[in-house]
Amino acid sequence: MESTKLKKPQSVKTTITGAEALVRCLIAENVDTMFGYPGGAIMPVYDALYHYENEIKHIMTRHEQGASHAAQGYARISGKVGVCMATSGPGATNLITGLADAQLDSTPLVCITGQVSSKMIGSDAFQETDIVSISMPVTKWNIQITKAKDIPEAIAKAFYIARSGKPGPVLIDITKDAQFETFEFEYEPCLHIRSYIPNPQVDPKAIALAARVIDSAKKPLILFGHGILLANAKQEFKDFVEKSGAPAAWTIMGLSALDTDHPQNVGMLGMHGNYAPNIMTNECDVLVAIGMRFDDRVTGDVSRYAKQAKIIHLEIDPAEVNKNVGVDVPVLGNCKESLTQLTEAITKKSYPEWNDRAAQLTARENEMVIEDELFPPEEDKITMGEVIRHISDISRGTAVIVTDVGQHQMVTQRYYNYKEWKSNVTSGGLGTMGFALPAAIGAKFAAPHRQVIAVIGDGGFQMTIQELGTIFQTKIDVKILILNNEFLGMVRQWQDLFFEKRYSSVDMINPDFQMIAKGYGITAEKVTERADLEKAIHRFLSSEGSYLLEVLVGKENNVFPMIPTGASVSEIRLS
Amino acid sequence: MKEQFTISIYTENLIGLLHRITTIFTRRHSNIESINASESEVSGIHRYTVVITEEERKVKNIVKQIEKQIDVFKAFYHPNKNIVYQEIALYKMPTNILSQTREVEQIVRKHHARLLAVEPEFTIIEKTGFKEETQALFEQLKPHGILEFVRSGRISISKPMKEFQDYFLEVEKASKL
Repeated sequence: MESTKLKKPQSVKTTITGAEALVRCLIAENVDTMFGYPGGAIMPVYDALYHYENEIKHIMTRHEQGASHAAQGYARISGKVGVCMATSGPGATNLITGLADAQLDSTPLVCITGQVSSKMIGSDAFQETDIVSISMPVTKWNIQITKAKDIPEAIAKAFYIARSGKPGPVLIDITKDAQFETFEFEYEPCLHIRSYIPNPQVDPKAIALAARVIDSAKKPLILFGHGILLANAKQEFKDFVEKSGAPAAWTIMGLSALDTDHPQNVGMLGMHGNYAPNIMTNECDVLVAIGMRFDDRVTGDVSRYAKQAKIIHLEIDPAEVNKNVGVDVPVLGNCKESLTQLTEAITKKSYPEWNDRAAQLTARENEMVIEDELFPPEEDKITMGEVIRHISDISRGTAVIVTDVGQHQMVTQRYYNYKEWKSNVTSGGLGTMGFALPAAIGAKFAAPHRQVIAVIGDGGFQMTIQELGTIFQTKIDVKILILNNEFLGMVRQWQDLFFEKRYSSVDMINPDFQMIAKGYGITAEKVTERADLEKAIHRFLSSEGSYLLEVLVGKENNVFPMIPTGASVSEIRLS
Repeated sequence: MKEQFTISIYTENLIGLLHRITTIFTRRHSNIESINASESEVSGIHRYTVVITEEERKVKNIVKQIEKQIDVFKAFYHPNKNIVYQEIALYKMPTNILSQTREVEQIVRKHHARLLAVEPEFTIIEKTGFKEETQALFEQLKPHGILEFVRSGRISISKPMKEFQDYFLEVEKASKL
């Protein structure tokens, strides 16, 4: 995670309000950008922010959910803790989806909510809600502060907890009287909490055993997840993959931890993943899972998941070990450390026959699925895959790709050729439609010099479409690609395959997206014919400032391969 | 196979932490049979005692999720054979029943219960033991008219000698390094 070097603590004690203290705590934690929405119970903090606008840039989103997703996008690309703020009551409850998303996808967030005055708590006051209780299941830690003097310690703990160990969201609820109250301010960063062990020590015995199992393997398969990106273990992971000689497959949260076209990268795991890694999961003799948590979308039916294989699990969170899948060799610890030790302990190998198996399975998928998706017959409607192929080629695989949830998400992750570390921002665990637009805003603030492309379906776009206002006001450059099939495509696909085509509440009568974009001062263009596609994408990506490109794609295209719910990974369907 | 387990949870003494812990059970549709909160042997550190009937695999996962909470030091789970445990029950009876017949007094003696308070209108009987024992007393007293009844959550002490104190000392030592 981010460096723990903090700005020098305030050495001279000064008497200030709780609200100003909060802002100075954020500055001490190196926060220079935050997202939020003001309101009654948080007004003293907004007043304090007014004095510190040179130190902290506050981005006002159009909805608190947007603020939480923007903070997530910011955190995922910057590696820093994302910060967002909202008022009490509805402001606070609107953050919940973002908190739940960050909790499942291990994203470090500090969320600050205002609360009614401590004397009013429990009286059903205006805009009072028990946000601490409401947010408990979706936060790594949370606390309510009713005294100004408790603010510095709570903020220090919040940042430490959010970024350490398995990162996650933290919520601090501060009553309005605590924001007004004055006290002698002093800030000490938090470096330790006595009941919390964020980084379990790597056990040399576990490393030795894991290395022995890997060395004895004839058909090893590496599975890699978000943990590698969170640990900043880019080189350590690459070294391990290359020395092991084993094919490596990614979860959608692990995407971009290894270049898509790395010769050992065999593709995506799980429900809409690639054919080879899913089939090979049930053929391998050793499975090395790194920084991933065996989500049901990855495993399919767990009772028929990799039963023939010995499973090694490199994981920072003890609660994830043996949670979904029984593990033979758990290796607890930060994978930056465990990978370094494991790479040293294993023998350099190659598996020509096993890699041939991967090539053979990939060829089958190419023939049955990929060719037609990327290069559809002339008479067919535009496919999502060919749009992504052009986006990938023209951006040379170097953009930050932010995806929403649904068919377009699977297609983008399958077909964009990721060549740069940390280039994928998506809602993996929670599957939050409406995530992409605000998350792309956050990602752009985290990496102003990188191209940021939000790929969104026509359904998800309309869930947080108001954030176009944030783009308009802040004048940032976010490219918005709408893959419009005039359906809630993934739900329709399931109705097609498993509900006898009873299309219940999935057809979308859409507004004129170009007109909406233009209302927000964003250049927009719509493509309906293949002949216009490539040039339009050139204009889209080379434009100055934000640009919305809507592409009308085939209405009833399905994403394949697919592992139906309840099926085993080896029962993956190609059609 | 489901079995009864007692989970001992050592935590900081903070508002809201009990709620954070109980939601871990609720979310997994696991029914808490009894719960007790008290100070532990280490000053300032609280101990919750939770009883559930579940498969051991599920209990293990629940315990890990509990330990994952920032303000939780450690959680242990034990089957009944590895702990010594008790519950306390109080029974409120009309005093005139005791004065009119000797039967209630005999029941109290037989069950090794004791009289905690005797007032002109009511008498409080106290019985400490396993749930089956306090329940058996309940059943015998019932025909004589119980005005009020309450049973505490289970409290338990584990039989293994190395438990929280050793763990806590290790953590303290590590944090001073």
